[in-house]
Parts: sequence; C-alpha cells; structure tokens
Amino acid sequence: MDDNASSPAHIEANGEQLVLTGDWTLLHFTRIQRLLAKIDSDRFATLCLDNVTRLDTAAAQLLIEWYGPTRIQALTSMLPVKRKSLIISVTEAITTQQRDSPLEPTSSALTQGLALIGQHIESLFLQQKYLLGFLGLVLSALARTAWRPNRWRVTATVSHIQQTGLNAVPIVMLLTFMVGAVVAFLGATVLESFGATIYTVNLVVFSFLREFGVLLAAIMLAGRTASAFTAQLGSMKSNEELDALRTQGLDPIELLVLPRVLALWVSLPLLAFIGTLSGMLGGALVGVIALDIPLAQFIRIVERDIAVTHFFAGIVKAPLFALVIALIGCAEGFKVSGSAQSVGEHTTSSVVQSIFMVILLDALAALYFMEMGW
Amino acid sequence: MDDTVIDIERLENRFGTNVVHQDLNLTLKHGEILGVVGGSGTGKSVLLRSIVGLKPIDAGEIRVFGQRLNTLSAAQRAAVERRFGVLFQQGALYSSLNLEENIALPLVEHTPLSRQDAEHIARMKLALVGLNPSAAQQMPAALSGGMVKRAALARALALDPDVLFLDEPTAGLDPISAAKFDQLLLTLRDALGFCVFLVTHDLDTLYTVCDRVAVISQKRVLVADTLANVAATDDAWIQDYFHGPRGRAATHAAQEAT
Repeated sequence: MDDNASSPAHIEANGEQLVLTGDWTLLHFTRIQRLLAKIDSDRFATLCLDNVTRLDTAAAQLLIEWYGPTRIQALTSMLPVKRKSLIISVTEAITTQQRDSPLEPTSSALTQGLALIGQHIESLFLQQKYLLGFLGLVLSALARTAWRPNRWRVTATVSHIQQTGLNAVPIVMLLTFMVGAVVAFLGATVLESFGATIYTVNLVVFSFLREFGVLLAAIMLAGRTASAFTAQLGSMKSNEELDALRTQGLDPIELLVLPRVLALWVSLPLLAFIGTLSGMLGGALVGVIALDIPLAQFIRIVERDIAVTHFFAGIVKAPLFALVIALIGCAEGFKVSGSAQSVGEHTTSSVVQSIFMVILLDALAALYFMEMGW
Repeated sequence: MDDTVIDIERLENRFGTNVVHQDLNLTLKHGEILGVVGGSGTGKSVLLRSIVGLKPIDAGEIRVFGQRLNTLSAAQRAAVERRFGVLFQQGALYSSLNLEENIALPLVEHTPLSRQDAEHIARMKLALVGLNPSAAQQMPAALSGGMVKRAALARALALDPDVLFLDEPTAGLDPISAAKFDQLLLTLRDALGFCVFLVTHDLDTLYTVCDRVAVISQKRVLVADTLANVAATDDAWIQDYFHGPRGRAATHAAQEAT
C-alpha cells in the first residue's frame, strides 16, 4: 500500500511525453475528467506513469479511453511493472466491451409508449387465455377424479374448508353486520323525507339477499384466500415442489388445486349465507335502536314482502365467484417464477384480478337478473 | 507499517451458550489469497461476518489496517468498510436492479460521480469479470449461477477494494465455470493488487489460488500456513480432508497442472 502523503492527480506536459503524478483514483474522478478534457491526447507520443502514487480501475478506464485502447497497448512495455497488469486488464475489458456493445436501439417516446400499451394489452390477453386453459385443466381433473372416490382428497379439502370458510366467519360477520347497519342508516335518512322509514327494512333485506351478502363475502375471500393460495402455491413453485410432484407422476392440479377449488365451493355459499343473515341483523339492530321498528315487525315484513327468489338470485352467484377466486389464486401461484419478488408480484396481481372479476361478474349478473325480471 | 491487513486476536463469538470461536487468531497479509476451510458449522462464514462487521464480536479484537473496528465512530467505520468488497454465497445481487445498476449503486452513493459515469464504469467492470456487455441490462433473476457469481464479483470490485471477502465463490458452479472463476480471481488479484479472504469447500480452488490456508477446527484456527505445510499437519480432520479421495484427486490435478 502506498500510504505516503498523497496528492490529487496531476498532469504535466514534457515535450512529447505526458507526465502523470499523484493519486489517480475514484476519489478524484471528476478532477481527472476535467484535466483530461483540456488536453489533446494526439499531441503526446508517450505517457509516463512512474510517479503515479495510486491508480485504480476507474481512473485507468478514464485514462485509457481518453488515450485510446490501441495506442495504450503499444505503450505497455514502457509502463512501470507495478501498473502494467492493471492497465492491460482494463484495456482488454474496454476493448471487448466496445467490440461487443450492442447498438443502442433508436426509438422515440411515442413508439415506446405505443409499445408499452401493446405489451399491456398482450399480457392482459395472455392472462385471460392462461386462465381459461387453467379452468380446462381443473375441470378435466375434476371429471377424472369425480368417479373415483379413492382419489378424493378429503383431508386436504376439509382442511382448506376450515382455513378459508370457518376461520373467515368472524371477519365476514363483522363486516356485513357493519355494512348492514350503514345501509339502514342511509336508507332511513333518505326514506324519512317521504315518510317511508318502514321501507328501510325492505331496502336492507333486499340489498343483502340479492347483492351485498354474497358480494362482501366474495371480496373478503378474494383478499384473504386468493392471496393465500397464490403465496402457498407460488412458494412451492419457486422451491421446485411442483416440478417434484410432476416427476413423481403426480398431478399438481389434482393434488393442490382441486381441493382448494372444492373447499371454496363449499365455503363461499356458506359464508354468503352467514353474511346475508348478519347484514340483515345489522339493519334490524339499527331499526330497533334508532328507527322504532321492533324486531317482530322487521321479521313480519320480511316474511310478507320478500319472495324467496331474491335469496336464490343472490346465493346462485356464490359458486361462480368461488370458482373465479380459487382459479385466479391458484393460476397466479403457478405463474410464479424463481424469485421471492415474483411471489409478491403475483400475490398482488391475484388479489386485484379476483376482486375485479368478482365485481364485474356481479354487475353482469345484476343486469341479467333485472332483464329477466327475477 | 508492516504488511498485515487484518489481524484477529483472541476472537470469541457466541450464539447464546453455543461458543463458535474461542481464542481465534488469524492474520491476512497484503496481496495474498488466504483460503479458510473447516467442516460444516465450524463458523467460517461467522468469522467472515465478524470481520466485515455484520456480526458484533463477543470478545477479543479485530484490527483492520491497524484500526480496531469496534472502537471507531460510525463515519470512520464506513470509511474502512468502503475498502472491503464482499461476495456473498448466493451473490446477493439486488433483484430490483439490473446488473449495470447493481454495480453502479455503490459508485453513485459513495462518490460524486454522475449516474451516467457510474454506469459507464459499471459496464467496464462487467467486461473485467468476463461478462458480455449485453448482460448489463439483464435482471439478476435471468442469469445463470456462474453469471451471478461474476456479476457479484464485479459489484464487490466496484469501489476498488483493498480486501475482498469471498464466501464459497465456486459453490454451485460446474467444474469448468469454477476453474474459470479461479483463474479470473488470480488474474484480477495480480492486476488490481487486493488481498482475498476466501471461505471455500472447493479443494481445487484451494490448490489453484490460495497462497496460504487456514483451517478452522475446535473453535480456533488450528493452523494457517502454505498448503503443503497444512496438509502435513498431524490432525485427524486435516488428514481426512486433504488425504481423502477428493483431496488426493485435487492434489493430483494440481501436480499435473504444474
């Protein structure tokens, strides 16, 4: 190490020779850049590095690029032994780099923007295509195993029902209860001006039977379960566990995806039912406390005015939502590649996609049911 | 000043009641490549982590460039740590940055360079470790194991360190890539003049690149000397290590090569 007093890089012209002194290191990078920029390299036939106290790769790179790699190579025999191998290595690196450098692609902001839009559209299309393919795989696996009870994964399915269904009961109940109370308050505020406060009951019951019960439960599951599925399967994928299953002749769809889909098929209708009841309870409580509608009257109105079709119009969507949530959650997990970052990205994507799809399908179903008069 | 870069004296490291190192002494001299070997769980990586300051030591002292690291202020310590380059076992490339940005990051953070200059230097460093310039724009996830190691080496060299710490640099590489990595290390050491603290299990690497070998066993450095002297040491583990089937093969290969 050169620990003698160091001075910043300096250049002096000595006839045909350029004499370099001081520290040629990263620390003095901008200074060296300025020094070199002032001098025309062609004027000097040789360089003298004998009095350079330190030289590192960054400064060597500047020097070589300024002087020209080929001219430096001709000089190497004259360089001090101490600096020689460094100069040679860096020169070689620069030559290979210049030789192999790919041409910079020339593109304007406009074409880049268009390309970006194209990429997004294409990935959106590919995503839906992948999801449909995945649906086919799951349905065929279901068809294959449905007739063979010995291939049913009862334990796995029940365990997933517990995780996705039973464990979600408190949060779904609390959520729908609060939304039910809010809907009752909102309804009462508007309907009061018509003197029709009593119709708050119809509003709450109607909206929960047809829409909110199943929609809130599905959104809750999309956030809670789709993400969990993606993270579980994604970490298995990045750990090559899915490949290990395949090499042992086992079908990951049958082993891992089918139990999850079936579990959601059971869980979501039950949760939707619980959510509907709990939302109506929230409305009823607001009725009792704030609107002077006793519980008995609330129940009588429900019995008298609300047809059972409304309940069916709501609950029939639950298996569809369950399928969509489970499929997106599992498919995103299967798309994970390698890194932990990828698991995170796909988990986010699975939640966003499943919530979006649930709301989209719900809107389409609402239109359809309305036109059909159900 | 003598040519000692790192001086470890009576080092002690504990995890709870589990003593990993006790009375461990070791020196690293300027310009040398020191290979550190030992069985699994003997604390080779822990030793590396204590020297670079990732693990606080429990007793003893580590002097780097004549300074005791644990007595320095944060700023002085950072100045010393800038003279270190560390290559982690899995490469530890930042997965959200491409290769060029990975290497440019310490340059941009620690020096007054512009991002453009830093990335220019980064591309040269990539060429220096033998990576194709077209790799500069790639993300770490897209690279093979050998390329990750080379890129990680380029990042470790970003600030032209005086000491390079390598944690099993050839683990997980095929023999050809491993041999190329060994040669690369020798070339760069001769060109750039750093010293190397090399933790390894690879006997071929030991025979090819190391000037001295330190054996960690029984919580301390059993012996630290040239390979021939270490291999001749009368200790059951060392005899098994250097004269087992793999050790003999590596000795043979090294003799053939010379």
